[in-house]
Amino acid sequence: MAEITYLEAIRQGIWEEMERDSKVFCLGEDIGVYGGAFKITKGMLERFGEERIVDTPIAESAIVGAAIGASFAGMRPVAEMQFSDFITCAFDQIVNFAAKTRYRWNAPAPLVVRAPSGGGIHGGPYHSQNPEAWFVRTPGLKVVEPATAYDAKGLIKSAIRDNDPVIFFEHKKLYRAIKGEVPEGDYTVPLGKARLHREGKHIAVITYGAMVHVAAEAAEVLDREGVSLEILDLRTLLPLDEEAILASVKKCSRVLVFHEDTLTGGVGGEISARISEKAFEWLDAPVVRLAAPDTPVPFSPPLEEAFLPNAAKVIEKARWLAGY
Amino acid sequence: MAAMKPVGPVLVQGATAPSENEGDLSLKQEEIARRGHYFMALQREVEDRIERKLYRQGKILGGVYVGRGQEAICVGAGLVSEQEDWLYPCHRDLGLYLVRGVTPREIFAQYMGRVGGLTRGREGNMHMGDLKRRIVAIISAMAASVPVATGTAMALKFQRSRNIVFNIFGDGATSRGDWHEGLNLASVQKAPVVFICNNNQYAYSTPLEKQMACEHVADRAVGYGMPGEIVDGNDVMAVYRAVKRAADRARAGEGPSLVECKTFRMTGHSAHDGGDYVPDHLWTEWGEKCPIVRIERVMLERGWTTREELEQVHARIKREADEAIEWAENSPYPDASTLTEDVYEGSR
Repeated sequence: MAEITYLEAIRQGIWEEMERDSKVFCLGEDIGVYGGAFKITKGMLERFGEERIVDTPIAESAIVGAAIGASFAGMRPVAEMQFSDFITCAFDQIVNFAAKTRYRWNAPAPLVVRAPSGGGIHGGPYHSQNPEAWFVRTPGLKVVEPATAYDAKGLIKSAIRDNDPVIFFEHKKLYRAIKGEVPEGDYTVPLGKARLHREGKHIAVITYGAMVHVAAEAAEVLDREGVSLEILDLRTLLPLDEEAILASVKKCSRVLVFHEDTLTGGVGGEISARISEKAFEWLDAPVVRLAAPDTPVPFSPPLEEAFLPNAAKVIEKARWLAGY
Repeated sequence: MAAMKPVGPVLVQGATAPSENEGDLSLKQEEIARRGHYFMALQREVEDRIERKLYRQGKILGGVYVGRGQEAICVGAGLVSEQEDWLYPCHRDLGLYLVRGVTPREIFAQYMGRVGGLTRGREGNMHMGDLKRRIVAIISAMAASVPVATGTAMALKFQRSRNIVFNIFGDGATSRGDWHEGLNLASVQKAPVVFICNNNQYAYSTPLEKQMACEHVADRAVGYGMPGEIVDGNDVMAVYRAVKRAADRARAGEGPSLVECKTFRMTGHSAHDGGDYVPDHLWTEWGEKCPIVRIERVMLERGWTTREELEQVHARIKREADEAIEWAENSPYPDASTLTEDVYEGSR
């Protein structure tokens, strides 16, 4: 099995789906000759032609709108937002058109909106955000964010084959930083299912995306202190794998809900509430959240470092939980 | 209140002034007039019942938006469409549904929130669509359908289909970014779509001069590299001709066009709005241009029909409406237990 990057895994997944099904096509800004801002679609124009790798004007709402319209006509569009920070320009098309169309008049919109998200690349306020929470509270959407190369390929394939609209967040910092063993052939990873990234005994860390790796880094340090972290990688944020969350909570009795997105109104709030409602009697300590502070994502390195969650912050929260 | 601008130059003449090149198309013209008349009169009757009867009786809740006086636009466009073409109507385009074969039964049931409506009670009034009939439901944000219609057209082009897309919207919608993004993308992609503007000169209470600074919606077409045509929107034959030209162009692979139909909204914005902000003379002037009365006059002048025959058509439509309302009132409300179904595929 070849070891490839998270980025290459997504590219391979889309490529294979386009080979498998001629209804699959990509549209977005600079995805053709240029191969995409992050090179996810590199080489695809030559292989699939400009009718299936569609360079669009800078018009996110039209990109998603056109994807919806094409899906009605039987296509399987994969729309690229160059950065997830620009997904707000397509907000109405996503939350009011795509998300509600099956419920309203029985018209499924099977499409994928890919959105490179996340900080740590010195991108500043408009190239670093994690906007998943806006979509997680929209019934009708599915929201996915892989943490590993294996999952990235398996989940993008599932997203493309799914008959509902999927918002697919790709953490930019993982694109080239993470490598993993990925089968070359066809496989899928189911939507809506979390994955146990690391088994542990004392504290359940419920997280996703790049923070899975930050939590893993902290776990190594804490192991030496006799504190064992279990890490649950959610993989899909809507629908949440409540069963897996509660299983880890009941096993460890101490919980850290952890994401890179800002704190207030983040996905962590919903997860914490569900744990309180459904596993209160298993808890030995309050549910603790770790997230970025409620500010825009700053540019200058000392500010961005202060903003982003890191292993030291996980360790601090975990020590507090362990001592409670 | 500033005086309304007069309606701009009408470049396309309709049945009132037969165009050149008609030749042996006169029979076809008669058929267009006959069908156009029927569907316009049916739309008027169904909407009159909805707005002036069922709504006031409390049998219809929520918003009611009708196309009174504007029927020639959606009906004229509908008559151009082929059965497999895709339709993206807006909220005053009931005639487009009727031409495609949606029944008054389904429409009344839709308005009453019954299971027999097109959306099974999930949606109200003109928010109705049916994938099998290739009619796409609007959302309430105006112009959101424009890029979506463009995407369907792009897919049809990719599929080498002969089918095209008809997208209708109002003058107010042309202020939104989605409208501009959609037209631009459609033109760049040479997507087979006909954009049809129902310019009824008011967006809710806001008159055109506060909506846009150019004189005509069609003026905007040049900025997107597509033809823009202005047509008398109260003349079903004229609308038919202009939309047909645009449709032929789309089917020939030459890309989108913008057809601006000048008309007037002979109602308030919705059933709760009396339209008090509209100067009286506009009601009078435009009332005289009623598209149904106009086509009847043409049909009589040309000997295509008789007074008696027209009366029979109206009587038949009234019976159709009576029967449809009875059917709709007998259609059940959706069961509350279905609330959570169809959020996702298979969700219960």
